[in-house]
Formats: sequence, C-alpha cells, structure tokens
Amino acid sequence: MREKLEEIKSAASRLIEEADAPAALEELRVKFLGKKGELTSILKMMGKLSAEERPAMGQLANTVRAEIEKRIDEKSAELKAKEKEIRLRAETLDITAPGKPVAIGHKHPLSIVLDEVKEIFLGMGFQIADGPEVEYDYYNFEALNIPKGHPARDTQDTFYITDNILLRTQTSPVQVRVMEQQKPPIRVIAPGRVYRSDAVDATHSPIFHQIEGLVVDKGITMSDLKGNLLALAKRLYGEQTRIRLRPHHFPFTEPSCEIDVSCFRCGGKGCPMCKGEGWIEILGAGMVHPKVLQNGGIDPDVYSGYAFGIGLERLVMFRFNIDDMRLLYDNDMRFLEQF
Amino acid sequence: MNLSKRWLLDYVDLSVSDKTFADEMTMSGSKVEGYHQEGEELKNIAVGQILSLERHPDSDHMWICMVDAGGSAPLQIVTGAQNLKTGDYVPVALDDSHIAGGRHIVKGKLRGVESNGMLCSLAELGLTVHDFPYAIEDGIFVLGDDCEKVPGMDIHKAIGLDDIVTEFEITSNRPDCLSVTGLAREAAATFDVAMKLPSPTVKCEGGEDVNNYLKVRIDSPDTCYRYDGAVVKDIKIEPSPRWLRERLRASGVRPINNIVDITNFVMLEYGQPMHAFDLRYLKGNQVIVRKAKNGEQITTLDGTEHTLTEDMMVIADAEAPVAVAGVMGGEYSGIMDDTTTIVFESACFNGFSVRSTAKKLGLRTEASSRYEKELDPEGCHISLLRALELVELLGAGKVINGTVDVFPSPKNRPVIPFDPQWVNNFIGISVSAEEQKKILEKLGFTIDEAGIHTPYYRVDIEHKADISEEIARFYGYEKIEDRALTGEAAGFLTDKQSFEKKMSESLLAMGLSEIATFSFISPKAYDKIRLPEDKRRSVVITNPLGEDTGVMRCTILPSMMDILSRNYNYRNLSASLFEIAREYIPTEPDKLPDENNKIAIGMYGAGADYYALKGIVEKLMEIAGICGYDIAAVTDDPSFHPGRTAELTLDGKRLAILGEIHPDVTENYGMKCKTYVAILDFDYMCRVKNMVRVYHALPKFPATTRDLAVVCDRATPVLTLEKAIKNAIGKTLEKVELFDVYTGEQIAADKKSVAFNIRLRSAEKTLTDEEADTAMQKAMQALSELGASLRS
Repeated sequence: MREKLEEIKSAASRLIEEADAPAALEELRVKFLGKKGELTSILKMMGKLSAEERPAMGQLANTVRAEIEKRIDEKSAELKAKEKEIRLRAETLDITAPGKPVAIGHKHPLSIVLDEVKEIFLGMGFQIADGPEVEYDYYNFEALNIPKGHPARDTQDTFYITDNILLRTQTSPVQVRVMEQQKPPIRVIAPGRVYRSDAVDATHSPIFHQIEGLVVDKGITMSDLKGNLLALAKRLYGEQTRIRLRPHHFPFTEPSCEIDVSCFRCGGKGCPMCKGEGWIEILGAGMVHPKVLQNGGIDPDVYSGYAFGIGLERLVMFRFNIDDMRLLYDNDMRFLEQF
Repeated sequence: MNLSKRWLLDYVDLSVSDKTFADEMTMSGSKVEGYHQEGEELKNIAVGQILSLERHPDSDHMWICMVDAGGSAPLQIVTGAQNLKTGDYVPVALDDSHIAGGRHIVKGKLRGVESNGMLCSLAELGLTVHDFPYAIEDGIFVLGDDCEKVPGMDIHKAIGLDDIVTEFEITSNRPDCLSVTGLAREAAATFDVAMKLPSPTVKCEGGEDVNNYLKVRIDSPDTCYRYDGAVVKDIKIEPSPRWLRERLRASGVRPINNIVDITNFVMLEYGQPMHAFDLRYLKGNQVIVRKAKNGEQITTLDGTEHTLTEDMMVIADAEAPVAVAGVMGGEYSGIMDDTTTIVFESACFNGFSVRSTAKKLGLRTEASSRYEKELDPEGCHISLLRALELVELLGAGKVINGTVDVFPSPKNRPVIPFDPQWVNNFIGISVSAEEQKKILEKLGFTIDEAGIHTPYYRVDIEHKADISEEIARFYGYEKIEDRALTGEAAGFLTDKQSFEKKMSESLLAMGLSEIATFSFISPKAYDKIRLPEDKRRSVVITNPLGEDTGVMRCTILPSMMDILSRNYNYRNLSASLFEIAREYIPTEPDKLPDENNKIAIGMYGAGADYYALKGIVEKLMEIAGICGYDIAAVTDDPSFHPGRTAELTLDGKRLAILGEIHPDVTENYGMKCKTYVAILDFDYMCRVKNMVRVYHALPKFPATTRDLAVVCDRATPVLTLEKAIKNAIGKTLEKVELFDVYTGEQIAADKKSVAFNIRLRSAEKTLTDEEADTAMQKAMQALSELGASLRS
C-alpha cells in the first residue's frame, strides 16, 4: 500500500508538472483527489490493514493528499499568472496613437485677461462697478472736467446719439456715477466697452474695452496710487516687475501720469516688443481732480483719491502675442480654440 | 512739436547728450517721441571746388570736372548739370556715399569716362529751394556765401544741415509747449539751468504814428479778447537769412520770405500765432473783428474758396473779410513780392470759436491748433514786439511808431494759495517750502503774500492740485514712494456678477466657445434676420463710421448670425458659440436706452440640432435653479423655423427663445446648413434664479425601472405624455426619461411610438413588483386617456 501511495504521489507529481492549462489541473484534481479518485480508492482499502499499520498508513495517505493539493494549487497559480501575462500582452495598445478628442469651450482671450485682472483687484478689496455704454454727455465729459469745446474732446472722436447722449468714449464716467451712489471709502474697478470713431485696423477698433479704477478716502496720496499699481503690475507680470510713472495730462486727474511697466519679455534691457526702450506703457492714472470729486458729491477738502484706466485689448495683445486687434472681434473658431 | 536743438540753445545752456535730454524731458512731463539729426541719411558728402570743366568727348551735354574735395589730388567727376563754372563750391558725393532717398553712390564710368563720385543738387541732399533760395532746382547746388566754402568739409556742417530735431508729444493743456521758449523753460527747470530770454526792443525807424495807418475795431469782444496791430513801411521782400531759415526748417515749417518767415518764427518762438497783411488791400485801412455774414466768401492763402456762416469769426476790412480769424489769412491781402507796407496782427481769439470754425472749414492750421487750446491775450504784445524787432534785425522794413492795441477782454488769472504742506500731503512727499518755491519760480510763477501768481502762458494752472503736479514732476515722479494699500475693504462679486460667471463657466463646460461682437450693427441686418418693422426701434448713431455700424443692436441675433456665418465662410466645419452681451432698447427721447443683458447661443455643423440646443438651455435653467417654466411652440417669429422653435416662459414672461434659424435667414447669411440659436434673457433669469442647493439624503432602498412604449398621435407632444405619467404615478416616480421616438413602417402613418424609461423608488421601503405594476398601470391609464395605446 505504501508503494501504491508513493506511486500515486510520483505519478501525480509528473502529471501536474506536465499540465498546461487550469482545466487539465482540474481533471488531475478529480483523478487523484476526487470522490472516485485514485487516492480515495486506496484509502477505501485501509480497512484491510491491521490496526497497527492503519495510523501510519493513514498519516502517509494524508501527507500524500496534502502534497498533491499543494502541487496542484502551486501549478494552478503558476498557470494563471502565465495566462494573465499572455492576456495582458495581447491587450497591448499603441500608446502613441492620439487620445480621443474632448470638446470643451474656449473662453475669449479678452475674458481670460479681464477675469485675471478682476481677481487681482477683488483680492485687493475692490468691488466691480458697472455703468451704461450709452451715456449722457454730462457723465462722459462735463462731470470729468471736459466742458463743451474742450480740446480733449477732439482726441476722443465721439459717436453721438443726440446732442446730450453719446456712446461713452471711456469708462471714466462710471467714476462719477459710483461717487454719486457711494460715499468714501471707495475702492472699485469698472471694466466695460467703450466707443471711439476710429476706423478698424490692426491697432484700432471703434469698440474696445477699458478697466477703470477708482479709490477715494481720507489721506489718499500719489504714493498709494504708485503702490497699488505696482502691486497690479507684479501680479500681472511677476515679482521682478518695476513700474515707471511719466507725467501726462488727463482733464479729470491732476497730477496725471502714464504708467510703463518694465518690459515683461526682456526685463528692461530692450527688445523688439518694447521697441528697445525697456518699458511698455500699460495705463494712464492720476489723482482725481478736485472738480471731479465735487461733481461726484465728495468734498475735496476732506477726501482725495486716485483713478486709473487700463486698455484691455493692449494687455491681451501683449499677453498672447496677438499682432492684429481685428482677430479679437473676428471670432474665428481657429483663433478661439487657441485659448 | 519739432524742437530745433540749435534754437533751444539760444535760450538755455545745456550740455547733455541728446538721449539724456530726451529721457529727462519725458520724465519731467514733456514726452519725447523721438529725435534725429537733420540729413542723417547723407553720408560721405563733402564740399568740393570746381577746378576745371570740359566737355565730355562722347556726349553733347555732359561735363568732365576736376574737383578739389579736400583730398591729396583733385577728383575727376562727370556731371550732366549745366549751371557750373570754375571756382564754384558744390556738394560732392564721394565714392561709397549715400544721398537722399538712400541712394548709394560709387565711382564708375559714364560713357567711358571715369567719374569718382557725383555732384549733388538740393533734392539729392533732401532740400528744396525754400531752404536755399539762391539755388536752382534743376541743377547742382552751388554753395552761396552763407555756407562754409571749405573743400573737404562735411556737407552737414558746411551748409548747417546738422541740427538735432526732437519730436515732442504735447498734451492739449500745454499750448505754451508748442513753442521753443515754452520747451526751453521746461528744459531750464528740468536741468536746473538759467533761461535767457531778452525782452524785444524796437527802434521804430519809420517814425510817424501807427494810428495814421491803421484803425482796429472789435465787434465781438466775447470771441476776440485782444487785437494788437503794428505797421511796417518800406518793406523789402527777400529771403530770410540762413539762421532763420534753418530754424524754421528744423521745426518743420517751410521758409517763404522774410515777412512770412518772421510771423512763423515768432509763432514757433512764443506760441503766439501772427499774421501779416498787405496794407494796400485793407480797404479803409481798417481792421474789423466781427462775426461773418452768412454766405460771405473768402479765398484763403492755400487757394481754396470758403463760404462762411455767421457762427464764424473773420478779420474784415471796411468791406469784406480778409482772414478767417485765428485760422488762415485771405489770399487777396497776403504778402507778395511787391508789398511795400504791411500790418502785423498779434491777436487772441476764443478757443472754442476757432476750433469749431477750423473744423467746419476742414482747415486745421498751426495757428488754429494753438488758439483752440485757449491762449492768454497777455502773450500778444511781446510777440508783436518780437516780430518788429526781427524786421529791424533783418532790415526788412521801417517800423512805424506805436501799436494799435485793442484789448477789451483781459483774463483774470487765478492767485493760488502757496501751501507746501498741502502739496506734500496730497502727493505723499516732503519737499521744503523753499524747494517748492524754487521749482515754481523756475517755471515763471511768482510768489508773494497773496499766493502764487501764474504766468500768462500757463493757461492750465487753476487749482492747488495743478501746483502739486508742477512740484511732483520736477521733484521727480520716480522719487515718490510706493505705499501698499492700507485700510480695510471687502472685494466680492455682486449677485449678478456671480451669476454671470456661473453661466459663462457652465457654457464653457458644455463645450461652447465665447465670442465678442460689436454692439453696433448695420440697420440692414434687421432685413437679414427678417425682423418685423415694428420691432426695429433702435438707438441710432448720428455720426457712424459707416452704414455698417449705424445703429446699436436692439437684438443680439444678427451679431450671433454674423459670427456663425463668418465661421461657415472660413470653412470651419462646426461651431458652438455663446456671448453674454447687451441689447439696447430705446426708451424716451433724451433718456438713456435700456441696456439688457442676453445670453446668445449659436451652433451649426456636426452635433448641432434642435435638441442639442434645447439640452444646453435646459441645463442652464437647471444650473440657475429655474424650474416650473412653460415651454411652447413659437410658430410666428420670422427669424426662426415655424415648426422648430420654442419659447420658455415663467409667469407669462419669456425666459428664452430657441430654435432652428429660418432657412430664408440662413440663406441671407450665405449659409447652406442648418443653424440653431437661442437667446436667453439673462436679467430675468438672474431675478428668478435659485442658486440655493440643499442636500437630499441618498436613497436607502433600491429603485425599480420599467420601460414603457406607447403609440400615439404624431402631434401629441412628448411633454404632455411625460406630465401625464408624472401626475399618474405621483411620489414614487423618481425619473421619467425619453429614450426613443419612432415613426415608420411598423406604425400607422399618423402615429408615432414613444418609449420612456421610468424609474420608481420609495423613500420608505423596497417597492414590490405588484406596487410597481400598479404604478405602471396608472401611468398607462393616464396615457390612454390621451389616446395612446401600449405598443404591442
């Protein structure tokens, strides 16, 4: 009997080793270990053994069974691993083939930069104000210290609706509207469309966008203006950015200035983008003219403030290296999809 | 304003580089656009003396010259000019030189004869006979006695073509800087050097009394503040000397003759426009400043005839206008070669009047562009004296004693408190009172106990804020410290702004791209979208760029159609676009229009159909938390397809219209594909939105889903069926979803099959099959009441 068991063990060993599929292993499991399997039939003969022999033989039989089971499990795991490996290999993809296109919408470049500017100012505690695009002459000119016949009106060729109503040429009228509705401290920006009768070309459009800013409080000075706009420039163009204030003239601010930022391409060394100057003009600003404060119902002897105006198209064109303003209003999908 | 460096140095001693000059002037407030040297493109051109001339053997017009151009040996040069003789000094473009227009000159052979350069005409130096009146146009420029006749000398130096011209951009508040003395004053303050400006002195060698020659009357003192006139007799019209001509040239003004040049010179020097009349043609020796009569005619110096209107101001003699005041003189009374007695006019007119006249006549001149900035009449007299001084200096005539100075409207110049502390506080600097005083005095201000007195030429100074700018710019903007924002403030988006952001983000997430369109359109666009006449009332621009941009849109539809069709024409296969922008609806006359915000959505190409569009609109409504709106077919909007258009309404007011664009409209836009547009009322949506979100507990019990397919009339709207199912099942209905609509062979021609997926769920328990069956039977019952039957 012992020989029989040893025989079964070595036969099973050999057959398990030769098995090449999990199904074949299952067959072997039945053949050796099943109810009608070889080991079972041997054990059935245990009754014929003497009482002395029985425990030892029983033990041996169990060892053989355990041995075979172990071998089958090991082989099974081995075969499954091999099979999986083959399957995975068969599943190999050309990982260089392109991904499936995902359709997403594209924000207009004007909105991309405007949103960025809005966020910067929201973070600095500014609110966002709005005003009508079709505006009274009063708010667009008169209240901003530009009376009828003022030469500054010539530089802003205006679309008129009636003698007293026009398409606003600047976002500055929102300054006065805000001051009429809100008492200091005031900290607002007012982005929006403005209109000037300029023929369309690469750098002009009869419709464009400005972002007006207004800060009014007690003790506001030009130092505040400078610090605020330096902070804006750094947020827009990086910490290393410097600004330069050049005296200029706007009827509704005094003193007035134009503000240049150090060229964000060359850092100020001079390059084609800044036309070799190292500086790029991005906005106009100044201390709010006392007359304008007065027109807004604010006492210039108590309060002072500064205002600034940014041309959005200019920022956008610099940001994305766009050389023709017309592209912004052409809305060609091939253009929009680049952003 | 083009500034001659040579001229500037007459008033200030400056020894800074041109670059430093440009940079510093810009930083103190006089913006420099650029600077260049006169004749800088001319290279390697020298003075040469003609030593000999002989005929070219193979030419009937060419000459072979031997020229001493300063080199060790004379140069042989061939020329075709006929105006030369031995001993003449001429400009010689040497081998490897550049003349005007960038032409490169090298030595070569002309009909077999070696020529080592070229003799130059005025044009080849970029000059005209106005610059050198004794030279001829079609010949070589033979240098006169006002040039340095030194063989070999660089031509720039020899003829004075070596000035540096700096171009300034002068802002409209500083007409004083449209003059050399104005800029000199700025330069003196910028570089802290002295300004030399001697007062003009006149000897009046003509004697007599000016009042015997000239009578002046101002009929419109509100628009003519002052008229100051003088008379010069025994006039000898001739070219001005070189120093005067070259100052004009560098300033961009063409020299004409001594008298005209003097008027231009004084205007450039003091910023005060001047005019000269020929006294012969002043009838009655009378100058009358008055309003023009309607229909009065005048031919101005440029030879154009103008018909005047009564809102214009003229200088007239006893009979007719002789000049358009402040704009341009008349041709008839202008200076001519035989003029013997002249009147100099130095007057001051109202800026608005000059500006509107110049604009109406289309005649903007150096004079009008100065007057329109509102000059101070104080400047008239000194300028007149300067002109007379120049007459005597040039020996152009004999000045008659006195001037006729009619000055009805002097201006009150403000006296501004001298308050250094206020200035320091306002700017955020600390500049001592002495320092501030010094800056102001350098600029011509005087300070006494009363305060700061402004000089007449500073018409821009009215308020202490103006004074603060003077201090700040000469103290240096760059020295003002930057102070970070102080104080507390909360920045946040308003309800409307957040909603706009949400809508925009949602549309982007749904795959639509944002566009930006012009808000004015052509009125013809309304024809293209077939907008009914009674809906076209628009805000009309009275002076549009062109008809294409004549009205503010009262509907955003044409703007969207424009962009869709443009993309179609660019052969972009599909487009899905949106814009949140305004429509402009007129209200009452003299009132501002309503500016209503709309969301426009447009699409064509693959994936675009009515239901795709509707899905977007429904999703937006869902995001906005707007539910319970009605949807109805729109069959009568001429812009849209009568069978494929819907409107969403809430409380009877339209939230949105959406549908397929009418084929006639797409055709009007040249599109050969179906196009879909929705217009949503953003403002209304914002009012009725509900952005509050409340968590609902996740379901504890499983759902039961059933499919239900029914056959019904084709005309029965799916929405009706859906509502019937919802009402019939009630609370346990979680979701009803359409998944198929079928018409075709297996169904009667007037019928359709509609299939729904129905999901049932109870919050309290797992539904049994029986309960689900009952619910479905109820639904079927309700559907059969609508004429639907179960599809077998």
